[in-house]
Amino acid sequence: MEESIANAGVATSLGCSEVSREVVNDFSITFSTINGSGSATANLTIMRAIFKMGIPVSGKNIFPSNIKGLPTWFTIRLSKDGFLGYTEKSEIVVVMNPQTFARDLATVKPGGVIFYTDEYKGPIERGDVVAYPMPVKKLAKETDIPANLRDYIENVVYIGILAQMLGIDFERIYQAFETHFQGKKKAVDSNFEVVRRAAKWAEENLEKRDPYRVAPMNLTDGMILGSGNAAAALGSIFGGIQFSAWYPITPSSSIAESLNEYLPMFRKAADGKATYAVVQAEDEISAVGMTVGAGWAGLRAMTATSGPGLSLMAEYLGLAYYAEVPLVVWNVQRVGPSTGLPTRTAQGDVTFSYFISHGDTKYIILIPSTLKECFEFGWQSLDIAERFQTPVLVLSDLDLGMNYWISAPFEYPDRPMDRGKILWEEDLEKMIERCQGKWGRYLDVDGDGIPYRTVMGNRHPRSGYFARGTGHDDFGKYTELPEDWEKGMKRLALKFETARAVLPEPEIRTLQGAQIGIIAYGTTHDAVEEARYLLKKEGILTNYLRIRALPFSKEVSQFVERHQRVYVVELNFDGQMKQVLSAEMPMLAHKLRSVAKVDGMPFSAECIVRMLLSQEERP
Amino acid sequence: MIEHVVDGAKATNQIGLTRADYRGVQSTLCPGCGHMSIANQIVNACYELNLVPEQVVKFSGIGCSSKSPTYFLGRSFGFNGLHGRMPSLATGASFADTSVEILAISGDGDTASIGMGQFKHCMRRNTPMVYIVENNGVYGLTKGQYSATTEQGIQLRKYGKTKFMPVDICLEALASNATFVARSFAGDPKQVKELIKAAIKHSGVAVLDIISPCVTFHNLETSLHSYVGGKGHEVPLHDIAYVPLLDEITVDDFETGTIKEVALHDGGHIVLKKLGEDYDPFSRAQAFHILEEAHRKNWLVTGLIYVDPDEKNLHDLFNLVDTPLNRLKEEHLRPPSDMIDVANQLMQ
Repeated sequence: MEESIANAGVATSLGCSEVSREVVNDFSITFSTINGSGSATANLTIMRAIFKMGIPVSGKNIFPSNIKGLPTWFTIRLSKDGFLGYTEKSEIVVVMNPQTFARDLATVKPGGVIFYTDEYKGPIERGDVVAYPMPVKKLAKETDIPANLRDYIENVVYIGILAQMLGIDFERIYQAFETHFQGKKKAVDSNFEVVRRAAKWAEENLEKRDPYRVAPMNLTDGMILGSGNAAAALGSIFGGIQFSAWYPITPSSSIAESLNEYLPMFRKAADGKATYAVVQAEDEISAVGMTVGAGWAGLRAMTATSGPGLSLMAEYLGLAYYAEVPLVVWNVQRVGPSTGLPTRTAQGDVTFSYFISHGDTKYIILIPSTLKECFEFGWQSLDIAERFQTPVLVLSDLDLGMNYWISAPFEYPDRPMDRGKILWEEDLEKMIERCQGKWGRYLDVDGDGIPYRTVMGNRHPRSGYFARGTGHDDFGKYTELPEDWEKGMKRLALKFETARAVLPEPEIRTLQGAQIGIIAYGTTHDAVEEARYLLKKEGILTNYLRIRALPFSKEVSQFVERHQRVYVVELNFDGQMKQVLSAEMPMLAHKLRSVAKVDGMPFSAECIVRMLLSQEERP
Repeated sequence: MIEHVVDGAKATNQIGLTRADYRGVQSTLCPGCGHMSIANQIVNACYELNLVPEQVVKFSGIGCSSKSPTYFLGRSFGFNGLHGRMPSLATGASFADTSVEILAISGDGDTASIGMGQFKHCMRRNTPMVYIVENNGVYGLTKGQYSATTEQGIQLRKYGKTKFMPVDICLEALASNATFVARSFAGDPKQVKELIKAAIKHSGVAVLDIISPCVTFHNLETSLHSYVGGKGHEVPLHDIAYVPLLDEITVDDFETGTIKEVALHDGGHIVLKKLGEDYDPFSRAQAFHILEEAHRKNWLVTGLIYVDPDEKNLHDLFNLVDTPLNRLKEEHLRPPSDMIDVANQLMQ
């Protein structure tokens, strides 16, 4: 076998007779590199160039909890059909890390390709794979780049080789460098020169023996490419965010970092002064404490965190729930419990987020699936929090937050900001008149469970009140009377019911004649859509409801009702959304089946199909 | 202080409010509790400073101390937060309107045990607020457990002898770069009142560690936290008075060469009259030294231990617009519609 691989001609004939059948714009490339080596620039450049060629693309980073020296993988998926979810194996694997060669070789799809650094001298124990060695060290040395940048330049070398071998447009690579280096011409030109030389080497030394090729399309015209965390920050800025306190934690830090980067561009007053403040707190308790304080005082306030941070925020969220303080918490989920897999993705905080804190609490939750939704929920969450005077949690995850997605462009908010029932001096005067002198912070004047609020700085002599987490009556006064406590709980429950009807509605996609339903949410969306396509090819038609908010609107139970059985697809071990659905619609719970797993990787379409079919076949 | 009395009507201050306008609801603390003495001096200080009650915002954590904000300034906004987590709540709120005075009440458990982290970070940020620790060296609301400030070897009724060295709140504040550190004694109401006034007028964080005896659980004469023990061991560093801008200081009031003045940003001054040894409240070294000496000699040293009136406060670092942030409208907060293209350009 080894010999046959060494002999390129044999390898090709073993690999596939498909060399004549080109595979255009429908494959994945995985880059296996060492973290801290600067490979991100190279990978993003290739991804951006493909995006700029008009081809739908996604980029997923599988990285260790480490700064330098451990293996890391980046997978670019191109799909002319727009299926951009995670794939377990790739058609093309680029190995820059000799240590992981054997493992990487195993992840190449049959008939695929491996590009590898010629530092690897060992055997290539697969006959169904085309192998191209790359003299990256030699080519890097030939450049006039300073020695301390050589590791980085080795990554730029493979851009050139891949571009040559796959047909990536060099002009687009140049543009991708311009985007990456923000127009710094010297950096762009010197990097591009390395790409050009490497491409020339490939042209002269490698014979194309594989079927994979990219070709320009026009499917990304007007679209955007980026990460969910950046979109969340931009959405919050268009939602008028005024205060954010945060504490560093993967994978949420880049929300706050994006706020710091973008706020000065969008939100300086005419005199150059700031209409916002972002504070790095000493821990997540303080981060949420500051955010609650700001929300209480009338600022549009948001904090961002991940599982361990959310655990620390539990007590403050309970206070904000009971004292009725608006704030937004972005929870960019990672694998737990405990520190878990801190750099891997999951949807494991559904039940915790919904019921977080002691006592009887429940929260409004928004779940974005796309960049565009990260932006929309960025501004809508601030409206919803102020309208309902309650914490709103937005459940993103590492995959959406830190990986690269294409999306329809952001749209300017289609409605004015909703500041909710806030009363300044004149408003309060009118309210007191309207209620014949009766005024209380927690009085349900409108019968919707939502009281009116005043905030500090209001000079009206009746505006002040003492907010507290202890039992209080309609007027904010301390009380331990059983009837007062119960009345408060009932009003909070009514408020929650009021919210149910106005939260982002679920998205439903149907196929004529389908009897089976799928419910999913968040980043499993792409894999679910691809799974439905694969299932359809097998003759299994499915309808699909994507949950975008909790508490559920009535469409969710109606959807379950309409189907013989409904698979709930989610990236956690316990089937948490199925638990919540079962609790909220016990009469329909028997129809629900779980397609739930968590292992650190996103869901692939193939995995959903496998797990779903295994239950379909069950008698 | 001039009180305006017209035809036997109730006395009012310069903004026409009576002392009653600064009071709160009936206290539910034990009769004789030091915390009520402090509450009364807060009322007096705010009245004498002519503060608009709506322009003061109260914060507290959890414990007997933290219940007390309802017993003063009933017209003011307030937020009774979580145990040990009051500083973050106050810090976040402070950005909404930087013109209000923040008056925060905590206790020794709330600050020196569960809240030590937030306390120290609040100090190092120089968050503009008055941070009063009503320090009684005991957990009152949970009935008499020793706290982190109880002196070593003190015999408590139910819990036996305390085993560990106490935390000195002023030392912790100093070590964390607080810009106003003072200690006082609830049994010395005049000093408490003047220190509160000076603290309110300080532009950054002002810590007042006020020994406030718990008459129910911790009033042993052997402890500095008791009325008798505190009084017996009090060593005031100076006589202190806050003098507002308009009140001219006449030389006759003070013996020449014995006073120090601290100029504050509002134009007022803290005037310190020498009592014994010369003490320089601008020196961190002297501050550390006096606290160390007090510990060795079992003194309850009181007065303005350290002040730096010129250090930038938290808000100074953020270059905020002049309008209070919480009064900004949509046109200030939401970027104009053409900026959506800029946002999309960032995603390429």
